[in-house]
Amino acid sequence: MKKQINFPLKMHRRYWLQRFQKFGLFTLGAWLSPSFVFAKKEDADEAIQKITGNAKIQDGRVTLTIPPLIENGNLVVLKVSVESPMTANDYVKAIHVIAEGNPLPNIFTVYLTPRSGTANITTRVRLADSQRVWAIAQMSNGSFWQGSAETLVTLSACTEMV
Amino acid sequence: MRLATSLCFTAFCCSVLLAAPASIAANTKQSSYELMSAENKAMQDDPSFNPAMFWVAEGESLWQTKLGPKNMACTSCHSDAKKSMRGVATQFPKIVKGKLQTLEGQINQCRSAAQNAPALAYESKALLALTAYVAVQSKGMPIAVKETSANQEQLKKGRQWFNERIGQLNLSCAQCHEDRSGLKLGGSLIPQGHPNAYPIYRLEWQTLGSLQRRLRNCMSGVRAQQFEYGSPEMAQLELFLMWRARGMPLEAPGVRP
Amino acid sequence: MSKTSRTQVTVPASAKKNSIIEIRAIVQHDMESGFRYTESGKLIPRDIIRVFTCSYNNVEVFKADFYPGIGANPLIIFTTIATESGTLEFKWLGDDGYAAVNQARITVV
Repeated sequence: MKKQINFPLKMHRRYWLQRFQKFGLFTLGAWLSPSFVFAKKEDADEAIQKITGNAKIQDGRVTLTIPPLIENGNLVVLKVSVESPMTANDYVKAIHVIAEGNPLPNIFTVYLTPRSGTANITTRVRLADSQRVWAIAQMSNGSFWQGSAETLVTLSACTEMV
Repeated sequence: MRLATSLCFTAFCCSVLLAAPASIAANTKQSSYELMSAENKAMQDDPSFNPAMFWVAEGESLWQTKLGPKNMACTSCHSDAKKSMRGVATQFPKIVKGKLQTLEGQINQCRSAAQNAPALAYESKALLALTAYVAVQSKGMPIAVKETSANQEQLKKGRQWFNERIGQLNLSCAQCHEDRSGLKLGGSLIPQGHPNAYPIYRLEWQTLGSLQRRLRNCMSGVRAQQFEYGSPEMAQLELFLMWRARGMPLEAPGVRP
Repeated sequence: MSKTSRTQVTVPASAKKNSIIEIRAIVQHDMESGFRYTESGKLIPRDIIRVFTCSYNNVEVFKADFYPGIGANPLIIFTTIATESGTLEFKWLGDDGYAAVNQARITVV
């Protein structure tokens, strides 16, 4: 037997006001938290799109290594390694590294040849915040492959008064 | 209810006491090198990774540069730095002609007295380069600053600076670096604070810098009035810190986060 | 008038023919990102190295585009095949007419 709830008029208003309040808080929360992340991620997606056009990007073959916990984001060792025979017929043409959380998503691009031997690159980058970084490899046959790494960036203690 | 409250209170007190600071035990001096990530350690250890080596190269060049009215270079008096400067950086700060000199201060003293050239500004590329070049000649050697009758008074003042509460946060060096070393401040481990790697390429600065710059950072960290570069107070504090780090191998030029 | 700075390259002095060698190249440069401000709130303009190239007996074998996200005093480590004896030439080009060049000789046996 279904229980019927009979609200007096005051209760009706209170009931709906509480509902709206909860909804409003939820909306505020949703607006405040994910949006800052999404804004940067959109820039990163746009940068990646400029590189690949509308081509499909496959996951795999690309390993991006950055330390999972970074004490200072000013100089972070970053390694990219792409599986490839690196022969004249099958080699990595370019590797693009894109950051989701930096003011500018593009960090660097390297251009390789069959004379490169390997598609292993090490450099040192700036990471503005805890974020995910992407490496997009462009193969000689026109295909795109991707890998990523996520990291937490903290800050050194007792920083300078600028 | 009362029993539960008093039990909670006791538990709380216990946790506070257990979290109470432990001083550095004698003979367990630890370089902040040990607290770094493997990548940053590699950056310090390998000259092809360490940006500080550019300053060392610049220092080597300046060492041979003749200047002033007498056309004097460092080589004119000190010839090959690899021989003449070996062990020198481990002895500073020290009393030279009655004055407590830091290594930077002594370099400037040489410039004005022997070369008749103007003193180099603290944190200038040239002074950092010469300091790095001199310091690297002692790389791996133990810090040799001892208490002597000559530096006794200055060392005492340095110790006082180390233990005195300063700044709006009302903290002393000792409270973090003696009592709470190994614990965490924010996301970072608190080091013992030994000056055994200076000058350092600090990732925070994105350039090479001196101990005095780092000490000024510490002071601004506790919202205190910073000691001026080249001041007697700085020299006294440096003297105490190097004495406190005696025996530790010099890592200069170091890399730190 | 172009400006320049110190560079350091690490290349093996000799290598077996067709072996893969590792090359390290580092340059002294602040890599001013263009995202920093002075104390008075003025934006410090971007001033970075833009391109790095490595040529092996005058044939370009490696190129890198740098953006402000590359850390100060840029280091790059890459590989190439030791095809023949000769000279490897390294060039860095950047903003404000920056240019730096370095060389290394390799003997391939």
